[in-house]
Amino acid sequence: MVRLIVNRLLLSIVLIVISSIAIFLLMSLVPGDPARTILGANATPDSIARLRDQLGLDQPLLIQYGTWLGGVLHGDFGTSVFSGDPVETLILARVPVTLSLILLSTLVVAVIGTGLGLLSAVRGGVLGKFLDAISLVGLALPSYWVAILFVALFAVAIRIFPATGYTSLLQDPGRWLLSLVLPVAALSLGGVTIVAKQMRDSAMDVLARDYIRVLRATGIRERSIVLKHVLRNAALPSLTILGITVVGALTGAVFVENVFVLPGLGTLVTQATMSHDLPVVLGVGVYFTLFVIIVNLIIDLLYGVLNPKVRVP
Amino acid sequence: MNRSNGSRAMSAGLVRRVLRKPLGVVSGVVLILIVGASFAGQWIAPHDPLAQNLRIVRQGPSVAHLLGTDSLGRDVLSRLLFGGQESLSGVVVAVVAMLIIAIPLGILAGYVGGLLDRVILRVVDVLLSIPGTIITLAVLAIFNNNMFVAMVSVGVLASGAFIRVFRSAALSVRQELYIGAARVSGLSRVRIMANHVLPQIRGVLLVQVTLFSAATLGIQTGLAFLAFGPPPPSPTWGGMVAEAATIIQIDPWLLVPTGGVIALTTLALCLLGDAVRDANQERFTLAGLEGKPSAPQAGKSQVHTTGADRDDEARMAVTPGALLSVRGLTVGFGAEGRETTAIQRVDFDIHPGEVVGLVGESGSGKTVTALALLGLLGANGRVTGGSIRLSGEELVGMPHARLREVRGARIAMISQEPMVALDPSFRVGSQIAEAVRAHDRVSRADARARCEELLAAVRLDPAIARRYPHEISGGMAQRVAIAMALAGRPELLIADEPTTALDVTVQADILDLLRTVQEETQMAVILVSHDWGVVADLCSRAIVMYAGEVVERARVADVFAAPRHPYTTALLRSNPHGAEPGKPLPTIGGSVPAPQEWPVGCHFAARCPLATEACRVAPIDIVHLEGDRASRCIHIDELAEVRA
Repeated sequence: MVRLIVNRLLLSIVLIVISSIAIFLLMSLVPGDPARTILGANATPDSIARLRDQLGLDQPLLIQYGTWLGGVLHGDFGTSVFSGDPVETLILARVPVTLSLILLSTLVVAVIGTGLGLLSAVRGGVLGKFLDAISLVGLALPSYWVAILFVALFAVAIRIFPATGYTSLLQDPGRWLLSLVLPVAALSLGGVTIVAKQMRDSAMDVLARDYIRVLRATGIRERSIVLKHVLRNAALPSLTILGITVVGALTGAVFVENVFVLPGLGTLVTQATMSHDLPVVLGVGVYFTLFVIIVNLIIDLLYGVLNPKVRVP
Repeated sequence: MNRSNGSRAMSAGLVRRVLRKPLGVVSGVVLILIVGASFAGQWIAPHDPLAQNLRIVRQGPSVAHLLGTDSLGRDVLSRLLFGGQESLSGVVVAVVAMLIIAIPLGILAGYVGGLLDRVILRVVDVLLSIPGTIITLAVLAIFNNNMFVAMVSVGVLASGAFIRVFRSAALSVRQELYIGAARVSGLSRVRIMANHVLPQIRGVLLVQVTLFSAATLGIQTGLAFLAFGPPPPSPTWGGMVAEAATIIQIDPWLLVPTGGVIALTTLALCLLGDAVRDANQERFTLAGLEGKPSAPQAGKSQVHTTGADRDDEARMAVTPGALLSVRGLTVGFGAEGRETTAIQRVDFDIHPGEVVGLVGESGSGKTVTALALLGLLGANGRVTGGSIRLSGEELVGMPHARLREVRGARIAMISQEPMVALDPSFRVGSQIAEAVRAHDRVSRADARARCEELLAAVRLDPAIARRYPHEISGGMAQRVAIAMALAGRPELLIADEPTTALDVTVQADILDLLRTVQEETQMAVILVSHDWGVVADLCSRAIVMYAGEVVERARVADVFAAPRHPYTTALLRSNPHGAEPGKPLPTIGGSVPAPQEWPVGCHFAARCPLATEACRVAPIDIVHLEGDRASRCIHIDELAEVRA
């Protein structure tokens, strides 16, 4: 268990180093002066020189990279070219929003996806067909479009939920939840259908196993067979899919935050990209990478808990 | 030369198979229309996509503007046509970038293998953990909103997953004979990979390309939605959704055509991918099926009821004092009304405390009979006739909830494969305790105590309770299964070939245990087996089954002394226990016919030395003989002569 965690942490360092090297290499490949790109066509030579100095663009690439990585290891991600604020201040202010969005969405995907999948494995028939249809629609409709549709339906046509904006959990838990209902719903739709389909397939596979027949022959209640034995054994493959869905929610969050104007990392990185604010983009990249690694670690640990065969005594 | 002709033919076959699927055709046509119309936009667009007309803003669909106008009075249809060029070519760029990386690396990893394979897989692992969105956004930031470079990076970042897919496809092709032949004939590795492996993975390739295109279209339009890519007023699909979003308060209509075209294209790509995948799989399954017998002849699978009607009354009469009375039991599998009969007209009695052997070759219907007794035929199977009475109570058609109370508590079962009979995710003790609590309303502590009792009864160390099924041996697992079966104190235990899957040394132990347990509990046992030695050892009576029918019922001692059915005779002769040393073991020529191939007359006639025309024309009824014996044979007298 400890070894698994250490391995994951080592991998995380490798990943961050590799992704950031890739970005630094790309920067050096760009034709022309990055500082001019950032400041735009109307920049004075003076301001370009100042920015080149601030970004360390006059130094060799290796030194630039070393300076940045050294800073990151000390928690210093540099300063925003656009606003001049320290990058970590900008990021930390927005982490709670994105985290609330993704955690709630994960909860929704896990509970509803598992429930629907299990139900359609046991009941089959109409529900199974419905699930197939819904999952095709969920796959075909872009998440940002679904988000806008939700706004049109539940915030404009019927005014139940706020169309845009975010209220902090600490400020007002009720309004926090209300402000996240539509974004979470838009973000979860695709994941729910993917997890439900996987859950149905693996539950049907488990239902055909010998031990289920033995449990039935022993007179165990069907309820207990489904909710205890089928769920537990079918959860393993679905867990892997859930992990992929959570990581995918990161991309979804970028779009959904923009539609609902939520002050999260997604809107931050979009604005930073538009204003060519590379230190911020890189900083968010480090946080996203860390998030992916933590999610994978949690999935691995849960896998160990659920599957006695990989459990380390 | 031949090879390339062959693969062209195969590809034509794939296309033809896709064309046979309605969904595949429809989605293919829709795609061609969308792509064709977009790239012909210059010529077919009814209006200039940039021409504003502020007098006709936000109009719904009309003859002049089929999809309406936007908030600057521009024609939505024309804008969609021109916008499609941008989105679709973005998709093509990403697909090409992905294929350029994934095809060579995937084939190399799969075909060459070894160290190269491991290195590539490690790189893929890293690639899969990078949050792609951020890299793509960083690329956009660096390259000043250049959508082309962004789509290349999307392709590169996605290549990891596809390297894996192509690798496993190449890995399976590598095993094929003709690849080995090409290698032997001295073709270079590169030639083999380019000319032989690549064409073989074409099906997989097409499926992956359509699915990846669908995903990429989402990313491309998403980025345009976030205002990356060509700036306004140039039309893009994503950008038009964004424009529609700004005016949903006033006019939600614009969301429909803009989102609709993206959804339609994505849907068509996904469905086309599904159709190609199905067609590709069909190609392989069809290839694998060639040379096998064609569909079974119709008409032979019906139950022959003529004989059953004649002695219906005698058949249905329940023997007084019997624990279990099975009469005319018929089971069918498959769709209702078109069932394939698996067992028919099965009759037998089991008396309290009696051990009865159910004997026959594989495919004779022993296990189906056993499962039917518990109502566990599965979703596909169904009792289509006859009755099963337990102490006079009818089990056929009994409501599910009441049947559950019979299972485990009155009739219990242990199965052939002990290693897969226990749930791998729960400790042995927890599964036994669950069985206990299914029958007795006891506290957890009492259930644990009873669990220890049961483990002791099957001669297992109580410490086993803490183990998981994968931590115990097959013999132990069968003992645990017996303990679970004993938990409900059943009156009847069905043991379905309980030792077949076990080591020879363990088999004797399990049989000893079964005997001991039976003597201690005085429950009745149906021992399903194909081994006469086991039956002679444990059972007092034997029921012999062949091709879904009971062919003989008798005391075990009588069977060994004088079998009264040619099948029983043949079965006994081919039993290794009774074989004469030094002589070849006699076997029964031919094999058990599948249910679809059952003849009208005696099922055994085709393999029987005594068969005459009379055996083949009509169903044979079971004949009751002296000393509580019965046989389904019309040549019993000759059989006696042969023996004498």
